[in-house]
Amino acid sequence: MNNEQNRTLIFEILRYNPLIKGDTPKMEKYQVTEAPGMTIFIALNEIREEQDPSIQFDFVCRAGICGSCGMIINGEPKLACRTLTANYPKGVITLLPLPGFELIGDLSVDTGKVMRQMSERVESWIHDQEAEDVDLTRLEERMEPEIADEIYELERCVECGLCLSACATKRMRDDFLGAVGFMRLARYAVDPRDKRTGEEFYEIIGDDDGVFGCMTLLGCEDYCPKDLPHQTQIAYLRRKMALGK
Amino acid sequence: MENLVLDNKTKKSRIPAWLDITQSGTGLVLGLFMWVHMLLISSILLGAGSFKFVANMMELSFLSPTGEGYPIAVVFAVLGVFSLFILHAGLGMRKFPSSYKQYKAVRSQMKLLNHEDTNLWFYQVLTGFIMFFAGSVHLYIMLTHPEIDPYISAKRVVVSSMWPLYLILLVAVEYHGAIGLYRLCMKWGWLAGKDAKKSRANLKKLKKTLTAFFLVLGILSLIVFILIGVKHKDTNPNDSTAKISTTITQQYLKG
Repeated sequence: MNNEQNRTLIFEILRYNPLIKGDTPKMEKYQVTEAPGMTIFIALNEIREEQDPSIQFDFVCRAGICGSCGMIINGEPKLACRTLTANYPKGVITLLPLPGFELIGDLSVDTGKVMRQMSERVESWIHDQEAEDVDLTRLEERMEPEIADEIYELERCVECGLCLSACATKRMRDDFLGAVGFMRLARYAVDPRDKRTGEEFYEIIGDDDGVFGCMTLLGCEDYCPKDLPHQTQIAYLRRKMALGK
Repeated sequence: MENLVLDNKTKKSRIPAWLDITQSGTGLVLGLFMWVHMLLISSILLGAGSFKFVANMMELSFLSPTGEGYPIAVVFAVLGVFSLFILHAGLGMRKFPSSYKQYKAVRSQMKLLNHEDTNLWFYQVLTGFIMFFAGSVHLYIMLTHPEIDPYISAKRVVVSSMWPLYLILLVAVEYHGAIGLYRLCMKWGWLAGKDAKKSRANLKKLKKTLTAFFLVLGILSLIVFILIGVKHKDTNPNDSTAKISTTITQQYLKG
């Protein structure tokens, strides 16, 4: 007899392999017996091990750190490893791949390519023309703990891509940088070791593909699995870029 | 010629920044103006005399020795609002889906996530589109017939069959304006306080309350205008308006 601990869950999963000629996207149903504390990630592994070894999805850390297992779970972009099946009282769970990324197959998308492009676009490294002359035998310059905390807070981004999938602006305009890029840039803007000026940051995000293209739909804010302050951060960048020059 | 040069040495223009500021600035002024406008119109709920009193104030009657006011003041005000309206519409249009592909992307995103703030933005696009037409008609009429009077307005609503347009305009303006002002706060980080999430939830509640308040106010005002319009349908506005209005205003001012 089923009770709340071991009810039967129905998973409806998008199946499509673009590498197979003639394959078309279709929804397939799987049944899984729920276990206590079960996550979507655990259920998917069970499906792959016991029912269908061909199903494709990504994971590495299983703990919400690597950002690999992002997918659309019952209409919300989420990390599979941080989503409990117990959150779905009806027991029917629909899984779709993240939109806006190149589909590798089924629930697996290529977020890496987009993140690499983003990193290059915001020049995601410390810019300091005098860095070559640094004396490596000396102690590194001290940083205020508050600034270090602020940088750490912004660096918690795991590049899962949920913010981009949740952003209708990005879906509409592919060249739009998106929240992950703004967060990365803000991280370097805060860092005193990066000597880039406001004008130099303007050159990166001062247009409609950058911060002025953001329509403040706040999908990034609402679906970020790390609860990063996207709304506050983008508003700050907008003010800084629009008025601070 | 510099726009023909495609290299990364060309400095980014400041124009996108100014366009963004101007879009927000015109939206802020228009949004607040529409709330004040609605409050002034709703003076009809206190009677035609109150509306006439407010109208006279708008025509700067307190500055004229005869108390008749200057309808030209209304023309200038309408011209100002019309200019802001056109500027705001032009700038807002930049954010509309500009092709079927973009439209399909937005619609599929809305269907996939059913995310409230994304939906709110889409309602703004729709209501903005409606206002291109409905707002222009109203503003043009106010520009060519600047005299504000309860009986002229009532006749316009009933005899000239303007009530459906005003009803559509009312719904479009109240939704567009309130959503816009809420989104402005989000966009620029205004009123965020120490807890931006909490402030957002509160602002959203306030937005819903104000939309409901102004919609009720607007609908009641429209009903009163319709009732006045039906009652005075057969009177000649040119004869009656001045006399009725003046009498009512005098009575009102006498208390």
